[in-house]
This record gives sequence, C-alpha cells and structure tokens, in this order.
Amino acid sequence: MSFSDVMTRISRSRWASEVARYALVLTIALLAYAVVLLLAGKDPLRALTDTASYTFGTWLGFSEVIVRMIPLLLTAIAVALPSRLGLINVGGEGQLYMGAWLATYAAITFTSLPPGLFIPLLVLFGFVGGGVWASVAGYFRARGLVNETITTLLMNYIAPLIVGFFVYGAWRSREMGASAFPQSIAFPDAARLPRFLGTRIHLGFVLAVVLLIAFWFVFEKTKWGLEMRAIGGNADAARRLGINLGLYIVIVMFIAGGIAGLAGMAEVSALHGRLRAGFSPGFGFTGFLISWLAGGSAGGMFAMSFVLAVVLSAGSLLQITQGVPYAATNVLMALILFIVLMRPKLLGRLS
Amino acid sequence: MNLGSLAGLLSGTIMYGTPLLYLTLGEIIGQRAGMVNLGLEGIMLVGASVAFAVSVETGNLWLGIGAAALAGAAFNLLYAYLAVSRGANQLASGLALMFFGIGISSMIGRPYVGQGTVGLQRFQLPGVTSIPGVSATMFNYDAIVYLAVPLAFLIWVALFRTRWGLSLRAVGESPSAAFAAGRRIGWIRYQAALACGLLAGIAGAHLSIALARTWTEGMTGGRGFIAVALVIFSKWHPLRAIVGALVFGGAVTLELQLQAQGVGVSPFLLNMLPYVLTLGVLLIWSGARRYSAPGALGRVYQGEE
Repeated sequence: MSFSDVMTRISRSRWASEVARYALVLTIALLAYAVVLLLAGKDPLRALTDTASYTFGTWLGFSEVIVRMIPLLLTAIAVALPSRLGLINVGGEGQLYMGAWLATYAAITFTSLPPGLFIPLLVLFGFVGGGVWASVAGYFRARGLVNETITTLLMNYIAPLIVGFFVYGAWRSREMGASAFPQSIAFPDAARLPRFLGTRIHLGFVLAVVLLIAFWFVFEKTKWGLEMRAIGGNADAARRLGINLGLYIVIVMFIAGGIAGLAGMAEVSALHGRLRAGFSPGFGFTGFLISWLAGGSAGGMFAMSFVLAVVLSAGSLLQITQGVPYAATNVLMALILFIVLMRPKLLGRLS
Repeated sequence: MNLGSLAGLLSGTIMYGTPLLYLTLGEIIGQRAGMVNLGLEGIMLVGASVAFAVSVETGNLWLGIGAAALAGAAFNLLYAYLAVSRGANQLASGLALMFFGIGISSMIGRPYVGQGTVGLQRFQLPGVTSIPGVSATMFNYDAIVYLAVPLAFLIWVALFRTRWGLSLRAVGESPSAAFAAGRRIGWIRYQAALACGLLAGIAGAHLSIALARTWTEGMTGGRGFIAVALVIFSKWHPLRAIVGALVFGGAVTLELQLQAQGVGVSPFLLNMLPYVLTLGVLLIWSGARRYSAPGALGRVYQGEE
C-alpha cells in the first residue's frame, strides 16, 4: 500500500471527517468567542496563546485537561444511555452530587478499611447514590406520573442542598482553619482514588474509559442494545418482547444515574479528599450537552468531552491571567452549541 | 402564628409569586405554540442583569424594566431561530440559551455586584384599605404585581378567544393541519417566542429591581425550570398558572419566614421547600388527571420545515 493510498483511506474514513468537523466547530466558536472577549475589553489573541501554551504546551496543563474530562465523560454517558431508550436525563448534576454524598458517607464511616477494599466500596456507594437518585425520576416516569425531563431538572437543585446540609452540619470538619471554608472531614488515605504519572489524573479516567467502551460494546455488539432501541418509546414492542417496560426504565435510569454518581465520587475522593458544598461547576449540564453534541456516539463523546475540557481549563486559566469572569466560559460553550444547532452545511451529518 | 406574620406571608407569597407568574405565562404561550423552552433560566438572568444595569445607569427603574423586556425578547429570538428556522432540537436549544444567559448576564452584571437600588415604588390601590379586615401592609405592591393577574386574563383571552390564539394553538397541536389551513407556522412561532422572551425578561427585572434590589450571579436559582414545571401543573392554562405561581411564592415566603424566626431547621432543608413542593404538586396533579399537553409539543424539530 502506497502513501497516497493511505491518505485516500484516511480522508474517506468516517473517523477523519468526524475529526475535521469537530476541529471546524471549535475554530468557528473560538472566533466568535474572540469577538465576545474584544467587546469585554480583553485581548483575544493573548487569551488564545495563553490557553494553547498552557493546555498543549505543558504536561501539567494537558494533564489538567484530562482531569477535567473525567466528570464530563461520565455524565455524558449517563445521558447517552437512557437516551437510547428515549429517556431524557437532564439530572446528571444532581446524580453527581448524590454519588459524591453517599461515597463520602462510606469514606468517613468505614475509616479502617484497607485501600484494596475501600476503593471498590467507594465505587459501589458512589454508583448507588447517583443511581437511586435517578431511579426516583425513572419510577415516576414508569408510573406515567411525571415526565423524567422535568423531575431530573428540578432534582438538580435539591441534591446540592442535601450535600450542603451535611457539609455545614453533621459532617463538617472541626479542624483549625477549616471553619472558614466549610467542608466535610477529610477522607482517610485509603479512601483516596489513586493518581497516576505524578499528575492529578486519577482512577476515574480508567473508569470512564472502561464504561465508554462498555457502552459502545453493548450498543454495537449485543442484542440488548438493539432491544433497547426497539422498545424506546414503543410500549407495544416491549410487550411483544415480554419486557416489563416500567422496570426496564427504572433499571436504565439507575445505571445512568450510577455512572453520573461515579463522577461525583471520583471528584471528591481523588481531587479534594473531602466533600465540599458546590464542588461541581455544572459538570452534569455540560455532560448533557456533550452527549447531545456527539449524538450519543461513544467516539464523539470522547472527542467532545476533550474539547469542552479544554474550554473549561481555558476558563479557569483566563480568570487568573486576564481577569475574564469564569462565567464567560459558559458563553463559549453556548457558542459551540449554537453553531452545531444551526447546522451549517459544512458540518454535514454532525448534528 | 400571629396576624402580622400572616399578612407578611400573604404579601410575600404575592411578591415572590409575581415573577414566576410572568415566567410561567411566557412559557405557556411558547408551549401552546409547540415549543418547550428550557432557556427561561437564561432569559430571566439576562432580564435581571439588564434591568439592574440600566436602572442604575439611568436612575429610572421603568427604563430598566423596558430594557429587560426587550433584551429578553431579543434573546429568545436566538432560541426561535434555532428551534424554528433551523429545526434544531428544542431541549438542546433551550439549554444552550441557558448557558449563554448565565455567561452574558454575569458579564453584564459584573460592574454592579454589591450595588443596590431603591426598589420599584410600591403603592396602594385606592379604596383597598376601606375594606374591613384588610391592613395597609397587606396591599402595598408595585405596578408589576398589580398587572400580573390582569395579564393572565389578557393572555387567556388572547389564547382562547381570538383568531390569533386559535392559530397559535393550532400550530402547537398540529402544525400540518395549521399549515393546510393557511397559517404561517414559522411566523406564529416567532411571535410566541417574542412574547415568551418579553415576559421572561420582565420576570427577571422584577426579581432584581423589585424583590432582591441587587444583582448577584445566578440569582434566579432554578426559577426557569420551576416555571416549566408549573406550566405542566397548570395544564397549559394561563389562569391556573396563577395558582401555581402562588404555591411557589408561598413556599419561598414560608422558607424565608421560618429562617427569620430562627426555627431549628437547617436553611439547606428550608431551601429545598420550593423545589420539593413543586415536584409534589406536579406529582399529585398529574396523577389525578391525564395530561393535556399540546399535541406537537417538543416535536417541532421533525416538523414541517
């Protein structure tokens, strides 16, 4: 096979054109963001070079992008999975908080466990915390009471208050100096997820990638995936297949919420080592957008969560270097979405 | 509970219910035309920040409210462009609008953080205090509050007693039938989106310059989503929306009063009250009777264009 054959193959492959599309979306959005920065009296060129040299120029910066990717990827899967059944889970944020909450309960209760037992226990508790929270919405939907979109949305506002209640109350750290910044008592060392390569990249990344592959495998290679798509929103098909649709909905919501819960567990266990009120700056909402932008495809979710992790990292960086408010990150995220939603011809099949 | 706190509860319920009524009415108009808009939160934030900025700069609160209404309408045009003209997914368009609103409002409001305003002027309707049993504190509101219930009636008339309302509801129920009857679906949906944005902008203005009298980032605290829930609760009916808004206003006021009286309950638990109550009300209501959602609600992206 000659070099030109290889090039033709690459240019024809779906994968290469997907990458080209994502790059195009990012370029257009960055141009639009530059205009917003100009209007705000900031220097967009410096903002861009700062971001590029930090995120791609340094190992530390790049590793921080990967760290940001973890909760985004997990909450995106938590949206993509139920969407195959026609369920709209906009509650990733709340599920993330409840996963962190129950994992924290485990971490500060079973303090004397060895790491080999503690980590699986945290994974279990994080999963159950988010899973139960999501299956409440699933149950209401299954009973035909309330649409899961609105319940999951509203429950996003309740979960952080539960976390706040415990962090400011029963679990509050009484250490010296800790009172200024309310947080839970510290996790024991055995309850901290391991980190790799001298960076903050942690076991959550492995969990996210494994779950992403499992998600891809189930929907591409097994009959469950096909079955889920068949019964999605079609009660008749479910009945013919002999499936209890209500139970199915609750179980799928449980698994989805559990995956979002893992994101919360991993954040508090690996990064903070404590539960803090308001520790997530809307990861769950961003995860929804990622899943949607990627059309629920596994590769797309990986790519989009990387892109949005760069955006979020840039947000924190520019806040420090140029005093750009962190909320301006939301503007950039919205611009990316607007472009994809507008579906210019160039982007073709992406949306 | 004494009479004074009961009066406080009543007036608080009305005050906190007001922005939510505007918001819910706006969403009802949009949903009646077949559009679910999850971007209310963003529109409301833009309205709140614009109203505050304009009224601080000009010293005129009414100018602030007008600017907020226009900003809200213009902002929601973005949603209409995506969801109507480009046939984009409504939920994603709404959430994109929410993110945009959070970002833009924080940039608009940044110079004004920590400042205050005098608040929208309150007055009593003539003759109210002559009614026996009505104290002066019970009926002392700003004009936006007084206009809220008449507005709900006006929207009810517009939706159910005019040709325009008939067209709008037809577009929401069955776009293809409305199209066959010669209605311009895109144009009607744009009108609905403009009205929705206008009302959500006013709701934001009332929150920042009449209720809070200050600007803080993310001050809407999920009211946009609560309004979407109240639309379901009110079964897409403008008059029932009044009840929904009062339930929410009551929950917020109860929460604040309990906090002020220093009951031994954590503020975090009290803060849950509006959300839990909204969910509860939604559950009880939708369990009792069937939905009456517009037929083509949310399905617009597959629609006629």
